[in-house]
Amino acid sequence: MSTLHTVNKSPFERNSLNTCLSVVRGDSTVLLIEDGVAGALQNTTASASISDAMGKGVKFAVLGEDLDARGLAADRVIDGVSVVDYAGFVQLAADHDNVQSWL
Amino acid sequence: MKFAIQINEGPFTHQAADTAYQFTKAALENGHEIFRVFFYHDGVNNGTMYGVPPIDDRNVQAMWSELAEKHDLDLVVCVAAAQRRGIMDEDESNRHGKGAANIAPKFRISGLGQLIEAGIQADRLMVFGD
Repeated sequence: MSTLHTVNKSPFERNSLNTCLSVVRGDSTVLLIEDGVAGALQNTTASASISDAMGKGVKFAVLGEDLDARGLAADRVIDGVSVVDYAGFVQLAADHDNVQSWL
Repeated sequence: MKFAIQINEGPFTHQAADTAYQFTKAALENGHEIFRVFFYHDGVNNGTMYGVPPIDDRNVQAMWSELAEKHDLDLVVCVAAAQRRGIMDEDESNRHGKGAANIAPKFRISGLGQLIEAGIQADRLMVFGD
């Protein structure tokens, strides 16, 4: 059963991204939204944990509108993290068997 | 695909009320069905028509009411959460002797059973909150 995990808090504010990564499985996707988009950036203290999870097959996506709203350019995002819009968010929810929001 | 939406946050707390709205709008635009939108906890604050945000700020309640009008959405406000926060329809207002209702157009007040049903009937339950 594949799961779409959504994380909406910055990893520098709450530990929801780490909690999510501790249970996420290789067939699943983590979508970073709202303040969670900070976790998608290169060269932060959270970057390594995302790269590690990618190595296990976990896919990552980030909501482009929320990057834009924070003035974060898409080219600062970790390689391999796909930038999606709201339609892409809907598609990810449809493509996975379950959705888990880490609030 | 059938989506159910749960919103646990009011319009002036953080971003979840907006994200939920944008997700719902995108789902409808892409041909999906919204079985129900359930407003729970502080999310019931999206359902008062007495909010008057400044003209240059978005009005989340009005956005929901318009979207519901256009797509005949079922916007349900949790009754227990609503009572605590002073969100009332005519019946609730009379029952508590408050004298006025403030539930926004296209919203209705009901119970938690509506959330459970939405979780069962929809293919995906999307939870937005803080």
